[in-house]
Amino acid sequence: MFDLAVAGLEHVFVPANLLFLFIGVFAGIVFGALPGLTATMGLALLVPFTFTMAPTAGLIMLAGIYVGAMYGDAVPAILINTPGTPAAIATSFDGFPLSQKGMAQHGLVAAAVASSFGSLVANIVLLTAAPPLAAASLKFGPPEYFWLGVFGLTIIATLSTGSVLKGFLAGALGLLLSTIGMAPIGGDVRLTFGHPEMQAGIELIVALIGFFCLPEILGSVIGKRQAKYSSENAKPELSVVWEVMSSLFKKPVLMFRSAFIGTVVGFAPGAGGNIASMVSYNEACRWDKNPEEFGKGTIKGVAASEAANSAMAPGSLVPLLTLGIPGSPPAAVILGALMLHGMRPGGELFTVHGQVVYAFMMALLVAAFFVTIIGCFGSFVFSRIINIPSRFLAPVIIFMTVLGSYAIRNNMLDVWIMLIFGVVGFISNKLKFHPAPIVLGLILGPFVEEGLVQSMLAGHATGSVVHYMVFRPISIVLITLSLLSALWPIYASWKHKRKQRREGCACNIEEGVKNA
Amino acid sequence: MKKLIVMALAFSLVLGLGLIAHAEDYPSEPITYTIPFNPGGQSDLEARRQQPMLEDILGTSVIIQYKPGGGGSVGWAELTRSKPDGYTIAGINVPHIVLQPLARGNAGFETSQIKPIAFFQTTPIGLAVLKDSQFKTLDDLIQYAKANPGAVVTGGSGTWSGHHIANLQLQEKAGIETTYVPYKGAAPAVAAFLGGHVQALWGNSNDLYQHADKLRVLAFGTKEPFAPMPDVPTFESLGYNLYASIDRGAGAPPGTPDEKIKVLQDAFLKIANDPKVQEQMLRDGFVPMALDAQQAAEYIQQKVEDWKPVVEKFKK
Repeated sequence: MFDLAVAGLEHVFVPANLLFLFIGVFAGIVFGALPGLTATMGLALLVPFTFTMAPTAGLIMLAGIYVGAMYGDAVPAILINTPGTPAAIATSFDGFPLSQKGMAQHGLVAAAVASSFGSLVANIVLLTAAPPLAAASLKFGPPEYFWLGVFGLTIIATLSTGSVLKGFLAGALGLLLSTIGMAPIGGDVRLTFGHPEMQAGIELIVALIGFFCLPEILGSVIGKRQAKYSSENAKPELSVVWEVMSSLFKKPVLMFRSAFIGTVVGFAPGAGGNIASMVSYNEACRWDKNPEEFGKGTIKGVAASEAANSAMAPGSLVPLLTLGIPGSPPAAVILGALMLHGMRPGGELFTVHGQVVYAFMMALLVAAFFVTIIGCFGSFVFSRIINIPSRFLAPVIIFMTVLGSYAIRNNMLDVWIMLIFGVVGFISNKLKFHPAPIVLGLILGPFVEEGLVQSMLAGHATGSVVHYMVFRPISIVLITLSLLSALWPIYASWKHKRKQRREGCACNIEEGVKNA
Repeated sequence: MKKLIVMALAFSLVLGLGLIAHAEDYPSEPITYTIPFNPGGQSDLEARRQQPMLEDILGTSVIIQYKPGGGGSVGWAELTRSKPDGYTIAGINVPHIVLQPLARGNAGFETSQIKPIAFFQTTPIGLAVLKDSQFKTLDDLIQYAKANPGAVVTGGSGTWSGHHIANLQLQEKAGIETTYVPYKGAAPAVAAFLGGHVQALWGNSNDLYQHADKLRVLAFGTKEPFAPMPDVPTFESLGYNLYASIDRGAGAPPGTPDEKIKVLQDAFLKIANDPKVQEQMLRDGFVPMALDAQQAAEYIQQKVEDWKPVVEKFKK
């Protein structure tokens, strides 16, 4: 294996291949950064080109795109509160407040460094322990997916700034929205109001643009006509790069934990980067000594989200390369590319085509370094974007939101849905409803529904649905985690109150819940 | 008067020539080839394989766009409402285009509205169990299911899909009852099967071929034995006239002129009959197919008649 890894690395360091990789990473960042364009699309567009290339060169470039896109989506999340892909939702929670404080560069560098780190850790796992992990990933059946979804929903408590009740209401709205369209199981078509296009349901990116980006623009245009998009000027400096890096690596627990969560979520076929980054953000907040910093602009929040979603990518390649089961939509495209080059994933892949596969995995590693370099240099350029006055920036962004919502499925209805969600988001922001629980409900709804219905079908065949769903090792772990996660805010608020009583300070409970 | 007639004749001649010239010009604009599924699926890969060859043969650019959703319905609903100018085509799949309008009233299109151009690939469907399963043959599974109604859990991709309808047909023909658990696609279904979450899998030939070392295919829904796995019996040879496959082709909006369909059909068939393309398909576990527009239409009609009674019976 070691020989193959070295041989793979030699392939990557052929100058032409290195150039392909660099171009791939750069293109990936652009695809990730533009809302509406996804890593999956970037990869799919490139597949025909890889026809004409040698398999190694083609796969190296695909690796670059995938890794680049996992970072690129953080850029608009930080600068304009719009995640480029759903995987960067949690990045915007702290990234955008950082920008508003005039610290956009801090956020961008943290995202690049954490992205690379997550990618690196997950790649080492992929290189060393793929086969046993792939076998473990198969243990995920319908009950496990159901409980994973439930665990995800308990994060709402963390995401609800201000009022947990409002958070749950928003989460319920998200779940309701997720039922629009064709049922994941059963094929019934629901709540389409006579539009055939609605069979496909609400597209996540459309909802993201609507709930996150548009209210921000509306706020800046309506609120302060001549004001700058951000409250302070961003002045990029080299010292910021060192400052961010040293503060992230001084206490690397956060980065390791986030990378670990991302890798694990990546194994479970279908779970994806959005769940990885949300869970990671939640855990970062929970284990931090100063959880009240989260949501107000801390590089720790950005790092937690980005390390996890970048680690998810190599994680999702584990079941792909060893079993031939793609763990994410981009992995499905890579599967296609492999097949078109005559390589069938599975045991044969590592023996017969070992050199090409190891070249691909090494390219993922090297791409992580390119992300650090492009991200750190890019932070000088990108962070100035927010210095542009909003009267110039807002129209451009609105144009991009329309284009992005249309591009994802070439569907005009999506643009209207985006605009409606934008107005709803603007009003709900004023009422102190955060959009994150809505989007979380939208992401997890189909997951929970699918797991539940499948479990009920299979459980019925075995005799007892409850027994089938609960008495399984992974299920028990996930149920325990869900209970802990749901009860944590109550415990934290109790602890907070006790601390305040000791210090003789009178603060209200809401403050405690909020900080939890 | 004479002059007028001559002029009218001359005019109509010019107009006629113009029309002929115009028809010969087709295609002169880029063709949009819609894939009603997500990028990366087999329909997309097939289209990507065809794209450069289509551009070569037709002498115009071919743009692939995605309109996923509703198991293909969103894309086909849009196709049937597109301009029939020969510049908008879409990938079509049997059984999807047949079963969706049949099983539910709100698919947004009717099977008869789609004008088929050609079929170029078929993916046989087979029923498989894991290597260490207690079921050695199809008969083992059927006997067990007869003794324990509903206890055998089968998995597959989707509801009212090729896998689902195959399961329903087997229940009908063998007089058994199984529990069919639909998954959101072929990949998650295969994962659930390999993980032991379902006892038997309705799988596409390429997936079954790819995982051949871990599973045993009990039967394929083909007429002839599936070439890459010749030892596997067909349902027909075991006494069940059950045929199951996913067929991929291309279609156009209703009212697309036949001359244009012919141009497109010839291009698709030229690619489908290319030995290099056929060799690639077989290597990946697919079976090449080449039906022209006329044969494709008849094939679809045949499927409608085959499936209608089954769907009517099990539809809620």
